[in-house]
Amino acid sequence: MDLSPIFLTLKLAAITTVLLLSIGLPIARWLSKSRSIFKLIIEAIITMPLVLPPSVLGFYLLLAFSPQHGIGKWLRDVFDIQLVFSFPGLILASVIYSLPFMIGPIKSALQQLSPSLAQASYTLGKSERQTFFHVLLPNIRSSVLTAATLTFAHTLGEFGVVLMIGGNIPGVTRVASIAVYDAVENQDYAAANVYSLILFIITFITVISVFVFNKYKAKSPLE
Amino acid sequence: MITVDIEKKLNARSTQGMLKIAQQFPKGSITKIYGPSGAGKTTLLKVIAGLAKPEKGVIIVDDVSWLDTEKGISLSPQERKTGFVFQHYALFPNMTALQHMHYATHHEPWIKQLLAIGKLETFADQKPEYLSGGQQQRLAILRAMAIKPKLLLMDEPFAALDPDMKTELIRNLQLLWKQLGTTVLIVSHNPQELEGVFDQEVLIKSPIV
Repeated sequence: MDLSPIFLTLKLAAITTVLLLSIGLPIARWLSKSRSIFKLIIEAIITMPLVLPPSVLGFYLLLAFSPQHGIGKWLRDVFDIQLVFSFPGLILASVIYSLPFMIGPIKSALQQLSPSLAQASYTLGKSERQTFFHVLLPNIRSSVLTAATLTFAHTLGEFGVVLMIGGNIPGVTRVASIAVYDAVENQDYAAANVYSLILFIITFITVISVFVFNKYKAKSPLE
Repeated sequence: MITVDIEKKLNARSTQGMLKIAQQFPKGSITKIYGPSGAGKTTLLKVIAGLAKPEKGVIIVDDVSWLDTEKGISLSPQERKTGFVFQHYALFPNMTALQHMHYATHHEPWIKQLLAIGKLETFADQKPEYLSGGQQQRLAILRAMAIKPKLLLMDEPFAALDPDMKTELIRNLQLLWKQLGTTVLIVSHNPQELEGVFDQEVLIKSPIV
């Protein structure tokens, strides 16, 4: 039994979650502050992967990063990087696809904090960055945990976007969801069952751990 | 000397009213600001602290221009570094009383002195949710004092304190203000409050519609 798709999936989910935490926190903070038409447009673009068919997103990413033209050609010519049908390409697609799962909960939590908390910190002479890390972030810990978990779990289950940009290369882009599909195509239901069961158990443990951590903090793990 | 001459819409989304005030506050003085609800008392403090932007006006503190809308000058709240006591305290839920003080200053003897004045030494390890209303209010005052502000802005700062605690705290604070040369602006909705404490009082009337 080849378990490499499971390990590849866990690796992809972990890297995506770490990357999204580092870019999602400042974006969520920026979006949570005063609203403008420009911010609404950016927010709409970030939310698009929630409603857009994954194959559509995958198709456009495939076009954008194709080494034959555009950004893909430039990346190949200048940096010798090819994103389509590669693991870095999967990471990029996952980051874009899971962006709303990271940013949504964090932005909502920041908006629910009283503005006077940040203001009190400013009057003590503290910068935006100090205020964010010492005052705001510690008070939305449960929402950050929820966002990171949702991102991780969502990445585990990606299929359409991953298939479009990564294909099905064993050990490189063949993640668990694709391995399940592949096994079913080959009528190897035993292998499909093992992959599915492992994914089910990992996802269940991930979600239940948020319930436990947020037991007293949030009304629902999706809050 | 602090000179404030500002005009600020009280509600950006309607034409409910305009706060207009031109006033001078002598250095080291205590001023009581009172007036009806919604007149703009809190807004005035926030404008002075740099937490709200007025439509037009100037604020000059000791010959330094903090705000001049015509010249495009507006110092950030961090640059103004006014002590600010928020009406609803704005304490940080993640920090204990002592951590609040350490966030503001690392001057240990000063922290110890302030905690003693606020009678919070035995509650230093408690987070705000475990403090009473009066203790939370005292912590908010001490946190603002921790930065040794030259200008202290207090929004209904004694409302949750019992009379004895209030009298003693004010007496101790007055000594500190004198020692630091702090100019103090205290918002109060109660016309009788702070009798004998303030040097001048300013009435903020109902907003101009």
